[in-house]
Amino acid sequence: MQSEEMRLDGNAAGGTLRELFAQDVTAALATCAACGSLGAIGTLLEYGQGMGVILRCPSCDAAMLRIVHTPGWLRVDASGISVMMIPENASVA
Amino acid sequence: MPNEPATVPAQRLEWRVATVVDVRAETARARTLVLDVPQWPGHRAGQHVDVRLVAEDGYQAQRSYSIASAPEQRSIELTVERIENAEVSPYLCDTLVVGDGLELRGPIGGYFVWDIALGGPLLLVAGGSGIVPLMCMLRHHARATPSARARVPVRLLYSARTWDDVIYREELQSLNERPEVDVRFTLTRDAPSGWTGYRRRIDGEMLAEVSPPVAEKLRGYVCGPTALVESVATQLVEMGHDPSRVRTERFGPTG
Amino acid sequence: MADKPFIARGFQGRRAASSAGRLPPGQYETRDFPVLSAGPTPRVPLNKWDFTIRDTQGRSVRWSWEEFQALPHDKPTVDIHCVTKWSKFDTTWEGISVDTLLDAAKTAGLAEGAFVVAFCDGGYTTNLPIDDVSAGKAWVAFGYDGAPLPPEHGGPARLLVPHLYFWKSAKWVRGLQLLPKDQPGFWEQLGYHDRGDPWQEQRYQGDP
Repeated sequence: MQSEEMRLDGNAAGGTLRELFAQDVTAALATCAACGSLGAIGTLLEYGQGMGVILRCPSCDAAMLRIVHTPGWLRVDASGISVMMIPENASVA
Repeated sequence: MPNEPATVPAQRLEWRVATVVDVRAETARARTLVLDVPQWPGHRAGQHVDVRLVAEDGYQAQRSYSIASAPEQRSIELTVERIENAEVSPYLCDTLVVGDGLELRGPIGGYFVWDIALGGPLLLVAGGSGIVPLMCMLRHHARATPSARARVPVRLLYSARTWDDVIYREELQSLNERPEVDVRFTLTRDAPSGWTGYRRRIDGEMLAEVSPPVAEKLRGYVCGPTALVESVATQLVEMGHDPSRVRTERFGPTG
Repeated sequence: MADKPFIARGFQGRRAASSAGRLPPGQYETRDFPVLSAGPTPRVPLNKWDFTIRDTQGRSVRWSWEEFQALPHDKPTVDIHCVTKWSKFDTTWEGISVDTLLDAAKTAGLAEGAFVVAFCDGGYTTNLPIDDVSAGKAWVAFGYDGAPLPPEHGGPARLLVPHLYFWKSAKWVRGLQLLPKDQPGFWEQLGYHDRGDPWQEQRYQGDP
């Protein structure tokens, strides 16, 4: 079975993302720093099952957001996102 | 207030221990857990909870499950399909009993969500257990006012292996009797004699038959195994539907 | 300090009863071979595949697939341990010992390094001390369980370093960069251990 069949998406990372952000961000828009594509966090492709959360750009596969729980710390690399747009009103999504 | 857009207050997402108050067999492999969740803040159709199981020796497993119950219902319901040799679903389907505690956090989600105020026409495409969040949307739709429902026609295309694998069978057939609801099934492995529904994997031709015209600007929600979700979403976008209005939730390999 | 967790009554997970002694601390035995990937499966045709060892001075040695296959093969049988807590016993592989590759690099005049970074199709990297990929401890493996290594498990070839946690056994490996100083790879940048010895439970940075 290929890793593509196993992959989830940003929706599955929603709980972990709530540890990071004050509100749900699966409807937030993120621009890929590598290729410039813009899309909702919920549409990013999720890999890394078990070791951490890796959200990749559906257009170019670049890692946009990486999150790992280590003892005492939540480590985050968001360098793959150049700009994120978080809606003020969640119900408009 | 059934017609107002639901908002979920931004609060810390805490792990809480819910109590199983009822269990209901849905199919041979699927079961609904009815839960009493302390201080549940309410939810939107399409959201999920994360469930965490910790063994005596500290071993942990965590999985996400879509909320099946409509936002208007009193208790929270999760429908779980048992996957052979899996970590979590056999425990939830076979071991958990009424009275047990279940640790969860939620509701989670803001992208794969629908409220009646978002309108339609609504196209729901489900593969296997992907029906769960879409059933939540249908249950929410069913509880709207008649005029609100009339403004939002909804069509469900539900792919399952056999008729016995179809979850919520009777309820879906009953909802299908409503004028604004159209439920279609496709069975991919085996069909009962006299079956007049679809008998194959979802393809472009089937999607063209069930989708509203592009000009009607559908709101689409596709959920189930990753391969099905990606194939269906790609085809809907190729047909001309707006990608931001075709929302997807992947359930992984077996969905 | 975390609160006492809620214990799920009767939850065991999918764990095989197994012999203690072979299991490193905190691990559980599995009979499956779970697929964990940090990204999509790369697809490289064998006629485009190569394996390269590079030093920091601009020197390199390179093997095509045919040249690689012509090197002496090993068939190690090893236990493997994933940091997500599953261990699998008696896995059988076929590959080239990394010693063979490092010897060729030395003969070609490459500057040795105390550390290596394995680099892979898809961009994955992992860092290791050179001692942990020499003296018979590591292979570049292209066969698993008597058949060609399947793509989802790292084929055409992956690094195999069974004495360390399995994230060090980089899938879709295309070469080794020799370095004088350690350089954290994909998971190490996010807090996983630079070495990763399961017998000392070196899961995260800061673990002794």
